[in-house]
Amino acid sequence: MERKHINTLSTRNLCSSAKNGGCGECQTSCQSACKTSCGIANQSCENKESK
Amino acid sequence: MIHQFKLNGYNIVLDVISGAVHVVDELAYDVIERFETQSLPQMQEDLLAKYAGGDGPADFCAAAKEDPQDFKAEVAAVHGEVQALKDAGQLFTPDSFAPLAGEFKERSKGIVKALCLHVAHTCNLNCEYCFASQGKFHGERAIMSFEVGKRALDFLVENSGTRRNLEVDFFGGEPLMNFDVVKQLVAYARSIEKQAGKNFRFTLTTNGMLVDDDVIDFANRECHNVVLSLDGRKEVHDRYRVDYAGHGSWEKIVPKFQHFVEKRGGRSYYMRGTFTHNNPDFLEDIKEMLRLGFTELSMEPVVCPPGDPYALTDADIEIVKKQYEDLAKLMLEREKAGKPFTFYHYMIDLNGGPCIYKRISGCGSGTEYMAVTPWGDLYPCHQFVGDEAYKLGDIWAGVTNTALQDEFMKCNVYAKKECQDCWAKLYCSGGCAANCLHASGSITGIYEQGCELFKKRMECAIMLAAARASEV
Repeated sequence: MERKHINTLSTRNLCSSAKNGGCGECQTSCQSACKTSCGIANQSCENKESK
Repeated sequence: MIHQFKLNGYNIVLDVISGAVHVVDELAYDVIERFETQSLPQMQEDLLAKYAGGDGPADFCAAAKEDPQDFKAEVAAVHGEVQALKDAGQLFTPDSFAPLAGEFKERSKGIVKALCLHVAHTCNLNCEYCFASQGKFHGERAIMSFEVGKRALDFLVENSGTRRNLEVDFFGGEPLMNFDVVKQLVAYARSIEKQAGKNFRFTLTTNGMLVDDDVIDFANRECHNVVLSLDGRKEVHDRYRVDYAGHGSWEKIVPKFQHFVEKRGGRSYYMRGTFTHNNPDFLEDIKEMLRLGFTELSMEPVVCPPGDPYALTDADIEIVKKQYEDLAKLMLEREKAGKPFTFYHYMIDLNGGPCIYKRISGCGSGTEYMAVTPWGDLYPCHQFVGDEAYKLGDIWAGVTNTALQDEFMKCNVYAKKECQDCWAKLYCSGGCAANCLHASGSITGIYEQGCELFKKRMECAIMLAAARASEV
């Protein structure tokens, strides 16, 4: 029953992002739309060199 | 730490610390579930019994019955794949971020990069559910003068250090009740930004009542984003979003918003609605927004004390969670049909999302982000305005309540004990400080109802990413 069991999606490695991250240019979490239910997952990284 | 869940036919495993996302079949899902608690021989016996007993997909069950040795070999193969992913730092990655928590804020100490300018503590609508108490923020009606606003912008530039992108949100109340000052402030900001080496990004949040061609032209020229308040269906919207005579605003604002969005020509906007106990079936409101031609959507759960008549109940929460799932499915259907739309909370970019510093530092309220009242007082964010105990200082003297700011400096996801074992901690970063305070009495507490909904939204968002990846 040979088959592929695991498909790993392409993602940013958060551990690696510790090396060059933290420029602080990204959008403040609450500023764009929600104003009441903050999360950071949908923010974009502004530092194109760190990814 | 991992998080496993099944949604819309996808078996998904998230490696919380590395951020890796794996879409797996049933057998791999079971192997990963047992990986840290069972030896390989134990796992082989356990899964053989499970599948030979008919508990699983038909093909695996048949394989287990027909050739147990071959099935065990397959389990061993999957076990090897999982071990390889663990060795590669993509599964069961240990949490090493705690020492970094607080480091970013310490490094950025004193830097402010975003202001919410309360240009109007007054409103032309009288929405009962408004967290800002009809725009007055529990105080007197007030309008920000140009002088106060100008000083706020200077304060921002002076305190922004090397940050280039500065965000300013015109907020209220209804900011268009002070539109002349808004225009003057933008003109002032544009006159100083080049020399200061800054790039102002303005956002306008409006209820639409005063939107006209002048507003539209201005916003399309100057605003990075506009947030347009619409709750969806007419009867839902008009239940709360009424003028002082009690008349609903839907009929007045919808044509204005349609015109606004049409003229926006692809620039960023959000239709932003609130759902309450009266419409936990908020997907119907999303559908109404789509019917009206809007495609960039945000619907937020009402924020209010639990006893309020419009507060979401435990029964509502279950409905809302199902609505989030159905919303994700609707998005996939519409994408396939060539009619995509955006839901703010589902916009996660697994490749281009925030770095770990952002993810563990919290929302930035009280440190890099503050709200400015019409008379120039500083608060940690718009949701704290009106609570004197949370006044940080003012735009002339800067932050004078340094003890309070220290509390916000130290508030991060690792400062919240309830977040330590939560799989979603690197997606919410500890959540909204104001909601946490109101729910728990402390900004380092949690807002459980908010957490529950947030986690469901993230599962849906990750499932969407998995579904899109499988389409490629």
